[in-house]
Amino acid sequence: MGEIPILKIRDCLLVSIQVDMHDRLALALQDDLTQRIVEDRARGVMIDISALEIVDSFIGRMLNNIAAMSRVLDAVTVVVGMRPAVAITLVELGLTLTGVRTALNVDRGLEMIRGIIDRDEREDDRRDG
Amino acid sequence: MSDHQNFLHGLIEKHQTQLLADWLACLTRGSASGAGAHRDDDRSEQAKRFIDQLRMGVRHGQLSDISASDWTPMRELLEDISRSQASEGISSTQTATFVFSFKEPLFELLRRNIQNDTDCLARETWSATRLLDQLGLFTIECYQRTREELIGRQQQELLELSTPVVQLWDGILALPLIGTLDSARTQIVMESLLERIVTSGAEIAIIDITGVPTVDTLVAQHLIKTISAARLMGADCILSGIRPQIAQTIVHLGLELNVISKATMADALRLALHRTRKTIVSRAAAPAQEA
Repeated sequence: MGEIPILKIRDCLLVSIQVDMHDRLALALQDDLTQRIVEDRARGVMIDISALEIVDSFIGRMLNNIAAMSRVLDAVTVVVGMRPAVAITLVELGLTLTGVRTALNVDRGLEMIRGIIDRDEREDDRRDG
Repeated sequence: MSDHQNFLHGLIEKHQTQLLADWLACLTRGSASGAGAHRDDDRSEQAKRFIDQLRMGVRHGQLSDISASDWTPMRELLEDISRSQASEGISSTQTATFVFSFKEPLFELLRRNIQNDTDCLARETWSATRLLDQLGLFTIECYQRTREELIGRQQQELLELSTPVVQLWDGILALPLIGTLDSARTQIVMESLLERIVTSGAEIAIIDITGVPTVDTLVAQHLIKTISAARLMGADCILSGIRPQIAQTIVHLGLELNVISKATMADALRLALHRTRKTIVSRAAAPAQEA
């Protein structure tokens, strides 16, 4: 069973899903990712699903779960690169991933995470000041 | 071929000219408004061919079943007639009347030729009326089929025409919706919007519903679907062009759209520019920027 690599870009983690997700792989990814967020003290998680052609309700829920878990560990999750057909399927399934942020591509995703982290820090500064 | 079919065939053949003249007189009487010489010509030609084919059909085929192969030329003729009538916009009643009105001269002919045998007259009249009814109904069927094809084609054209995605600015798309949103249209709208988001890398899509006549729960659901799908692709949606009447409807129905909405496309564009960190400056206010 292949593993999904988790890459570290400064304080962000990049997960690029290039293989068809099956359920056990998805669960393993949740384990690995939470582990790495804690180890690397990451502030952001980016999940690139541009290579995914098939997304079912289980994967949809997994994305939601990862976002919720990261939030608990104080990291922002952004799902990037969703294909139009996948987006339509998810909407038809009634999974609108309301808890997850989305961006068009990795570039935009990084920008978004940066923005959110910066905003959080500014708010903290203001509260202290 | 039975005797009575033989009899009917002989009768039609013998009195063909008379029948045609009577029928045409009957048809002209029927359409009070003079339809023009051109149409009269057409009609007499069609009537002549109809009688010809009827004679052939009676001679070779079964009177009770016009779907048999012996009636094929007749069916082709009727298809031809109803198709031309349908595309000219003539009503179904008029189209059907063309066939049904043949009863009058035909029954008259039967009556004149079978004067003393009422049994025989009744039998002949019955079989003739049954045949003509079948032919008339077949004509209506063809007429309807032609109209349905026409409607289908127009629907398709409308779909292709009515779903443009417009690029307003770098990273800002507009989707002016015109007409009622049904599931088939939503699907096409959604697909074309998402494709454009990918190709143009847009961050914001403005959905303008100025041209949507009514918003009910179904339309709202379709809008929500489109908005959610765009959000999954990483683009935010702004809803614009909500008319006062529609705003009231939305509230009365208790619909929750969960989206930023603006009254006009201009307001939506201003917000979109703000979101993408752009401003529009009037030249008088910033002369230093010139030259």
